[in-house]
Amino acid sequence: MSTNSRSNARAAWFFVLPAMIVMFVACLYPVISAIRLGFYDWSMGTPWAQAKWTGWTTFEIVFSDPAIWRSLWTTLKFAAVSVSAEMFLGIALALALEGNLRGMAFFRTLFILPMMVAPIAVGLTWRYLFDAQFGLVNALLGVFNVAAKGWLADETLAFAAIIVSDIWQWTPFVFIMVIAGLAGVDANVLEAARIDGARWWTLTTRVKLPMIAHVLAITLVMRLIDAFRVLEVIYVLTFGGPGDSTEVLSMYIYKTAFIGQKLGAASAISVLLLAVVMLLTWLALRMSNPLSDGENRR
Amino acid sequence: MSERARLALRYAALAALAVLCVGPIVVMLLTSFKTQVQTFTTELTFFFAPTLENYRDVIFDASFGRYLVNSLVVGVVATLLTLLLGCMAAYGLARFSFAGRRAIAWATLMLRTVPLAVIAVPVFMIWSNWQLTNSLGGLILLYVAVNLPFTIWLLYGFVLQVPVELEEAAAIDGCRPWKTFLRIVLPLIRPGLAAAAIFTFRIAWNEFILALVLTDRSTRTLPVAASLFVTDIGVEWGKLMALASLIALPPLAFVFLAARQVISGLTAGAVKG
Repeated sequence: MSTNSRSNARAAWFFVLPAMIVMFVACLYPVISAIRLGFYDWSMGTPWAQAKWTGWTTFEIVFSDPAIWRSLWTTLKFAAVSVSAEMFLGIALALALEGNLRGMAFFRTLFILPMMVAPIAVGLTWRYLFDAQFGLVNALLGVFNVAAKGWLADETLAFAAIIVSDIWQWTPFVFIMVIAGLAGVDANVLEAARIDGARWWTLTTRVKLPMIAHVLAITLVMRLIDAFRVLEVIYVLTFGGPGDSTEVLSMYIYKTAFIGQKLGAASAISVLLLAVVMLLTWLALRMSNPLSDGENRR
Repeated sequence: MSERARLALRYAALAALAVLCVGPIVVMLLTSFKTQVQTFTTELTFFFAPTLENYRDVIFDASFGRYLVNSLVVGVVATLLTLLLGCMAAYGLARFSFAGRRAIAWATLMLRTVPLAVIAVPVFMIWSNWQLTNSLGGLILLYVAVNLPFTIWLLYGFVLQVPVELEEAAAIDGCRPWKTFLRIVLPLIRPGLAAAAIFTFRIAWNEFILALVLTDRSTRTLPVAASLFVTDIGVEWGKLMALASLIALPPLAFVFLAARQVISGLTAGAVKG
């Protein structure tokens, strides 16, 4: 038995190790380096041996700069507004449209499209749509006699613009998740509730939504994680501007590192973003750990 | 409200949503067929004499071919490597218990959500040290690493669905674990592999921040070229939209070819199915 379990352990590592090495080298090690870099003063292009240990100094400087708190606030606002809009719309639409409609598969296919479009294309397209002079958004508003606006040139409107593009791209995700969850609800339970005289509203709020609470929670946390990580579409659409009105944490990190050339400071901001995202991820995994329940292991 | 009217209303709502979802994509495609003058009009135009001028300019640009090849190489190689390593790791985690399994499972899951902006800085530094910057290999290694957590997560669920009795029978017949894996498990998790391939290719093909940081003039991918195009010439919307359309099309094609796999990938981990 013991030789068997030893050969099993060897087989297990044979399967698992290659992926672990790659993930360690190109993902975990960089994350650890990002944290470490915050404690050093190092300029890009110079050998690492010349880096100077600075202790907590960089963190003190970065965290006493109001810019990081403005950026955190922008990120929080972005996540709160876009994710709650996406959840509300996605759930409402799924409830209204669930069921065996003919052609649903076709519509579902169309709804997935926005999520699959390259961020660069999403950003460019919305930039054209929000263009002050010849954008479709102003043209459509013109039909209702609303004066043309310089969407991407105004701080509040630019923030609205990045939220609109995010809602466009990710509401379908919530919709698909909720539809999939509702499809798994036991029809007998719904039938029993109906026989007991439950009307649509009661049925929805007391039976259906509680039964898919788990799916809703996971969807919410997954959306929140992505909202906190958002970068590419904003990079193309506003590049964090005008001013710093759309400068979410990822954008702030990118600018600090690759435009300001301050790698240590960028790393200190990274630690803040990492902490928020890892906390949310841990929360998601507490709710459902997809790698936990395998009983048939050798 | 009659049953019929209710049905009509639901279809109307679905159609309206479809228009909202597809609208911006249609605008992108339409604009790519417009001349410079036509893109600068404030009127809503859906009927116009389409031109292929933008596509001609973009495709016959001296560097387009190179960027396209770079993108294809990075996308295809990263996808194949991610699938190979991912399905092995998923099988190992699903079917064997060994010391450290729990820690590995947790680390894998936590890495799935690491913000790319966070690793862009250290990766740039480390890759420079190892002289991996400005090479397609360096970018591929990074894309494999960031896609592995999700791929393992997705395929793990598919491996669990394989009846373990099949593997036990193969083992009794003298199959080594590696052969059991190749002959029994791999063919049965093919739908999972398809879904994982789509999602990995999507990231490797679409991503441009890491690629922007890690590539140069000769190793650029298409999205990086497009992002630089913006600042270069600003407002040539026709050309920009042609390039954007070319980048957007392959992942969109996958949706039509394998909608089921895409949905199984999206809902993996949260919805049984």
